[in-house]
Amino acid sequence: MKTAGSKYADMPKPLWLLAELTYACPLQCPYCSNPVDMANYTRELTTEEWFKVLREARELGATQLGFSGGEPLTRPDLEELIAEARRLGYYTNLITSGVGMTEERIKAFKEAGLDHIQVSFQASSQELNDFIAGTDAFQHKLEMARAVKRNGYPMVLCFVLHRHNEDQVEDILELAIALEADYVELATTQYYGWAMHNKEQLLPTREQVERAEAIAHRYQEKMKGKMRIFYVVPDYYEDRPKACMNGWGNVFLTIAPDGAALPCHSARQLPGVELVNVRDHSIEWIWYESPLFNMFRGYDWMKEPCRSCDEKEKDFGGCRCQAWMLTGDPRNADPVCSKSPHHQELLDEVARIEADAMNPDVPEKPLVFRNMRTSKALIGDKPERDTTTA
Amino acid sequence: MEHAFQPGQKPSIRSGFRFQWEPAQERHVLLYPEGMVKLTASAGEILKRCDGEHTVAEIVEELKQQFPGVDLEADVYKFLEVADENGWIEVR
Repeated sequence: MKTAGSKYADMPKPLWLLAELTYACPLQCPYCSNPVDMANYTRELTTEEWFKVLREARELGATQLGFSGGEPLTRPDLEELIAEARRLGYYTNLITSGVGMTEERIKAFKEAGLDHIQVSFQASSQELNDFIAGTDAFQHKLEMARAVKRNGYPMVLCFVLHRHNEDQVEDILELAIALEADYVELATTQYYGWAMHNKEQLLPTREQVERAEAIAHRYQEKMKGKMRIFYVVPDYYEDRPKACMNGWGNVFLTIAPDGAALPCHSARQLPGVELVNVRDHSIEWIWYESPLFNMFRGYDWMKEPCRSCDEKEKDFGGCRCQAWMLTGDPRNADPVCSKSPHHQELLDEVARIEADAMNPDVPEKPLVFRNMRTSKALIGDKPERDTTTA
Repeated sequence: MEHAFQPGQKPSIRSGFRFQWEPAQERHVLLYPEGMVKLTASAGEILKRCDGEHTVAEIVEELKQQFPGVDLEADVYKFLEVADENGWIEVR
């Protein structure tokens, strides 16, 4: 294998490759991070095209590989992709809802060299799980989680938290213990894609968040050395932003189902973005040379208060997508930061949503579930934004 | 909780973890679900020998031969302790 040439020796390497194999999914979670206009991007990469992506990213140094989606199990070539990835030396992670899984397939993945399986649950009870998932999935998920362990994989269980399941955290952790999870991710909903669309119905109250956090910390102590619990702090309630993607074009490379290469999975929405597609360019050019991956790389793009901030190397000014969605300019500081001139607007919005959520006189808006039909309806007659320039 | 290893124990990389050389990074790494530990050269030399076959005493002996004149015994024990605390290795 060749090592990165001296030309790029001082540049960061794409250590983490997220392969979003498809936007197809049997679940309809209203907090999905996939783009709301996902129905526009259905021309999926072929097996051979994915092989090229895997090979080229590995040559640049990619080591961790996540097969994600949508639901990656809907790809009939998943076994082939895993085998090729393993052959190339990746640590291969399958990020799945478990729906569409069978024990036979779990065994076939093992044979192909899959290293780890992450199974997502929507809640700790069948009723809420299946309501959020938009399909009867809970019992099957339980069976599949047990099969994952039976077949000797390390298992991560992922629970996305929001107003409707935040109070279940104790039950969720007990479920994870019962299923013998090695790691649990309590991932507070981040407001991108469908989640942004459903923000008013998903944002937990501050009180809920504080309770959940205390329980998570108690279990972290209790399960030390047995099960690792990652609690992702809900950033709308913080006063410093997250180090989004560990910096733009710094570690993470996402390839969307249609071959669009993205510095994060929601970057497609940013204004002024010149999309690049693996069908047209090498991963090397995309990562090092493309305008997209250099757009917010490093610190030169920053405006104040980030530019002169002594914490910029810690959080990179937060999330560009969040800055765009909440302030209208992706170069602004992420308004989660209390140094942002837009921070008060965010606090006011959170307070308004919280007040509405607790006021019985304000009727609750229905959740908008994620599916292709709704995506098409939300796109309306906007033209397709194809990323292939050929 | 273990505080120290015995010379006769045979540590191995914990199941679910993978130890490998990364050409692009020119170093050994330890891979686990959705994560990676970048290892220093000496950590790489020690973990390379955590194969469930070598005893701790043998690991020390081999390293002494590879790096003559370096007093590394205490460092090896200390590193193994750290590796154990982080859950990177196990002793069967």
